Amino acid sequence: MTVESTAARTPRRSAGSKAGTTGTKRTTRTTKKSTEPALVQLLTPEGKRVKNAEYDQYVAGITAEELRGLYRDMVLTRRFDAEATSLQRQGELGLWASLLGQEAAQIGSGRALRDDDYVFPTYREHGVAWCRGVDPTNLLGMFRGVNNGGWDPNSNNFHLYTIVIGSQTLHATGYAMGVAKDGVDSAVIAYFGDGASSQGDVAEAFTFSAVYNAPVVFFCQNNQWAISEPTEKQSRVPLYQRAQGYGFPGVRVDGNDVLASLAVTKWALERARAGEGPTLIEAFTYRMGAHTTSDDPTRYRGDEERQAWEAKDPILRLRRYLESKKYADETFFEELESESEALGRRVREAVRAMPDPDSFAIFENVYADGHALVDEERAQFAAYQASFADADGGK
Amino acid sequence: MAEKMALAKAINESLRRALESDPKVVVMGEDVGKLGGVFRVTDGLQKDFGESRVIDTPLAESGIVGTAIGLALRGYRPVVEIQFDGFVFPAYDQIVTQLAKMHARSLGKVKLPVVVRIPYGGGIGAVEHHSESPEALFAHVAGLKIVSPSDASDAYWMMQQAIQSDDPVIFFEPKRRYWDKGEVNTEAIPGPLHTARVVREGTDLTLAAYGPMVKLCREVADAAAEEGRNLEVLDLRSVSPIDFDSIQASVEKTRRLVVVHEAPVFFGSGAEIAARITERCFYHLEAPVLRVGGYHAPYPPARLEETYLPDLDRVLDAVDRSLAY
Repeated sequence: MTVESTAARTPRRSAGSKAGTTGTKRTTRTTKKSTEPALVQLLTPEGKRVKNAEYDQYVAGITAEELRGLYRDMVLTRRFDAEATSLQRQGELGLWASLLGQEAAQIGSGRALRDDDYVFPTYREHGVAWCRGVDPTNLLGMFRGVNNGGWDPNSNNFHLYTIVIGSQTLHATGYAMGVAKDGVDSAVIAYFGDGASSQGDVAEAFTFSAVYNAPVVFFCQNNQWAISEPTEKQSRVPLYQRAQGYGFPGVRVDGNDVLASLAVTKWALERARAGEGPTLIEAFTYRMGAHTTSDDPTRYRGDEERQAWEAKDPILRLRRYLESKKYADETFFEELESESEALGRRVREAVRAMPDPDSFAIFENVYADGHALVDEERAQFAAYQASFADADGGK
Repeated sequence: MAEKMALAKAINESLRRALESDPKVVVMGEDVGKLGGVFRVTDGLQKDFGESRVIDTPLAESGIVGTAIGLALRGYRPVVEIQFDGFVFPAYDQIVTQLAKMHARSLGKVKLPVVVRIPYGGGIGAVEHHSESPEALFAHVAGLKIVSPSDASDAYWMMQQAIQSDDPVIFFEPKRRYWDKGEVNTEAIPGPLHTARVVREGTDLTLAAYGPMVKLCREVADAAAEEGRNLEVLDLRSVSPIDFDSIQASVEKTRRLVVVHEAPVFFGSGAEIAARITERCFYHLEAPVLRVGGYHAPYPPARLEETYLPDLDRVLDAVDRSLAY
């Protein structure tokens, strides 16, 4: 049902979705035969810009250059992602979690952020990391197995990837409580997915953020699949509606529409900055690839579904829009293509050059202030290692 | 200024001092505000420091620790209260998976100065889940530090040191000793956080304990003295790291060791101590290291807890067995 309803070409808007907001008059148009609620869409899959009385204002001043920027972000992110998948196939990475299909949700929301905002990702937010200026090669250390997080979270206000999904929504909430205490108007955004929405920590994050009115945006990418389980196995209600029970607004946005994702996230961030508390955004999108390179989606879903979503590709629709508006010419696309290839090459070379960590890294940073047992075991290990050196020397 | 105060009051004073001296310190937990905590350890703090620094939280332990992690990432130093030992498990994932590992995962870039206060142990006639000793479940996890004071002075100073630590510290408070009074000198730091202390010198056997069992071990030593046995009592104070050097020094002198804790003996901290001391002191030991603690059974109903918990006779029995080798 999901597929048919979202494949519909009628522009749709959020239908009473922003529970908790009052005073805004909104019209509702839903597609016929749809069992899915309406979502915020500014660009149709055909690349037509549709008006939206509520959210247009958040992208009103957007320039052709900025639109090309969004396009570039999505293309380069997809290229990076494809390179990482290849590197896994070549044995250079142990695992890769592809974001293919989710570029618009991530670039749209990522570009809505200010530098002083703080991001708490899961392990698939490569597009958001890109927006934050985290070098893509740094994301690959953990997938290659040379570290468990290869970047300084405070350099780009982009926290480490979280694999036990859901936990980071509480960290985001606590961080946002701290932001509020500091009396600044920064905001915090927590990424998670439809699967993580079932985690108790997400429910607790909703509770805490609501009670303390924390400046946090919960950005849920509903990519329809939690490994093999469809969203119906996680919830009986559309996920964005969960916000209502906690007393803050929830809205469903077309997660394959970069402009809508940008606009809705800006709206939610403005609420946070204005002291209006948390917002839940459900970005309705699709995981085009496998859950990770270890997964085999043919065991649980058919190809028709994928094909239906392919027609709603986030990059294609922005390209159509750019072309129809003459916001970008052939030169732009050609140059981007070669930039893309250069990025792929750079990533490939960087990964292959990534050295294995030193054995003693095991004992590093276990504690900030040190620990007698770690010191003792490090010394024992050093002695053990040295015993081989002695043996060699004796030859 | 040395002053006599109850152990709970000493923690209260220590928290007050931390709140006064560092604006980044926040206290959070269930009922810690107006009520002052179910044991009154945070009594009066919200009144004096306000609701934004002494925070009543929703009733959700994972949420408490998870948001404390977020606050720490923002530069705060949260001191969170888990109301009772048996209530900590909803937060276990956040503590083990997130709090303990984040410093290492970030290659040392972020620090997690979070103190998790847990009133623990039995002996107060409480209902189920209010009397447990889960310290071994945390000591097994790298990245966490585990301490437990046995008297008011340590409660005061160890809390100061735990809050100043850049590592997460699980602070186990011996709830049955909350009302025991002791001298607290708020001007002189007695020593480092993770070292053991000889609280009674002896020559015939070493009793090693921490938290609520230190008092019992002193009583055992008194009773043994009447029988002509001169026991040494070691207050370990820290369960991670454990000050094995001090235990070793004591055992090399007495040649016998009995470890006492309320937690079940099986896979308890006594097992780790026995193994390591056997390695370190194999040729000094006259007897195997013996352990006295809880049984491999759920903590029993209150009417049975005196049977379940180590008491004077059970520890003396272990002392006799050790001395009989």
